[in-house]
Amino acid sequence: MSLEIIGLSKHYGRDVVALNDVSLQLRQGECFGLIGESGSGKTTLTRCILGLEPPTSGRILFDGVDITRLGAAAMRRMRARIQIVFQDPYASLNPRMSAHDIIAEPMIIHRATLGLEHRARTDRVVELLGLVGLGPQHLSRFPHEFSGGQRQRIGIARALAVNPELLILDEPTSALDVSVQAQVLNLLHSIQQRLGLTYLFITHDLGVVRMVADRVALIHHGRIVEQGDTAQVFAGPTTEYGRMLLAAMPEPDPDLSPYRRG
Amino acid sequence: MSGARWLNLRRGFYRFRRSWLSMVGLVIVAALVLVALVGPALVPHPEHVAGGINTTARFLTPSASAWFGTNELGQDVFSLTIAGSRVSLLAGISVVVLAAGFGTLVGAVAGYYGGWLDEALMRFTDLMLTLPSLILAMAVAAAMGPGLGNTVFAIALSWWPGFARLVRGEVMAKKADTFVIAARALGAGTPRILGRHILPNIASPIIIKMSLDMGFAILTVASLGFVGIGVKPPTPEWGSLLSTARGYLPDYWWTAIFPGSAIFLAVFGFNLLGDGLRDVLDPRARR
Repeated sequence: MSLEIIGLSKHYGRDVVALNDVSLQLRQGECFGLIGESGSGKTTLTRCILGLEPPTSGRILFDGVDITRLGAAAMRRMRARIQIVFQDPYASLNPRMSAHDIIAEPMIIHRATLGLEHRARTDRVVELLGLVGLGPQHLSRFPHEFSGGQRQRIGIARALAVNPELLILDEPTSALDVSVQAQVLNLLHSIQQRLGLTYLFITHDLGVVRMVADRVALIHHGRIVEQGDTAQVFAGPTTEYGRMLLAAMPEPDPDLSPYRRG
Repeated sequence: MSGARWLNLRRGFYRFRRSWLSMVGLVIVAALVLVALVGPALVPHPEHVAGGINTTARFLTPSASAWFGTNELGQDVFSLTIAGSRVSLLAGISVVVLAAGFGTLVGAVAGYYGGWLDEALMRFTDLMLTLPSLILAMAVAAAMGPGLGNTVFAIALSWWPGFARLVRGEVMAKKADTFVIAARALGAGTPRILGRHILPNIASPIIIKMSLDMGFAILTVASLGFVGIGVKPPTPEWGSLLSTARGYLPDYWWTAIFPGSAIFLAVFGFNLLGDGLRDVLDPRARR
């Protein structure tokens, strides 16, 4: 798989520019971190890649095919290859559906591509639950019976149900407790290793992105201001915004903490 | 059914039970349904229900032999009132179900698609709202002839816009929820998104409105019967019973007071039940 975004722009009305000439390239099997504050255009970019909103101009090439110009049937097949895990695990699961139904639904929608019948779907749901660290005892439970971390695992299982090649992670840990964040990040990392997925990891958490991403890009007011290898960008940001952003990152060394007395 | 869902239901019922007015509503509605189901088979004078008359026993006052007295044809008012519950309840339920079904369809399509389709459907809905419902129902009933089916159709025709507006608003609010966006990102089609994701999550306000509307639907059916374009005699119906009795007031008050009380009780019961259901199902509206 390869994803190439070329000169993507998105305007709302005449005055609001959500994305301004964004170009990115994701390589097979990497974790690409996209860093930006609220309102920087991160969410609009994901919605364009998922085909939920048409861009004003520019192209999104997935394996060389421009997905902004696909017909309805071709776009439907494409959706099985690009999936997303949302930020808020409390809002992203339908409260009226059981864990089984939530994870099985993508297989029903894409049964033409996946060819799984009823019995096989249930087996696959159990397999996916195991993959994300849950078990068959969770099949018939409803979202409100799970903790935040468990719900996020269900969201991950749902995204994996259609065997995607690219997984968009839209701040997958920012709504979770710190201890649970680490568990979910470790889970995402091991899944990537096992399934050979490509990740587009969107976050405003610099500590997290430094840990997980191979390469990063900074997005500011809908414009990519900096991109490169993670270590390189964090070591020496070349733009004013990059320097300002990285200077705001808390220092992990307690001796250098501003809260330290003496 | 999973344990937690069962627990939620029990919790809801506990909240419902704590309000005694809701319980009164539930008891009235349950009694009405029971009477409508088995009553006509148990009435003391089934021959009067079928249209038989007994001119030697006209206008008897309520007594141990005829609890609600007899009317101008010597028919037992108690038998007629009990038998009338079936027609009224059936008509009320039919009106509400038809109106809710069509209104939900229109409202869901308008709210989900938005744009010009929304505009067109909602302006049509507004147009239907501006027509006085009773007058529209009278016109339809007059054009298509009297009868239970036509009465129900006529009232439902003027009833659905309320549901359409309610459902449109709820769908518009729900379609921005993340789980709906997740379903779209998965490639779910519109029928699946509406049927599996949006509508099950807005069922509560629809059920509440159906329950609250039941009483008024029964009242409207009775009103049409009262003005003489509803169900035709000899089929006993509360509105038409009241209409005939009107000429004999106030001397033979029992011919009017009992069918009238039945209408009052039905409207009252369904309203209390609807209020109780709203307290349980819609936490936002709770006092």
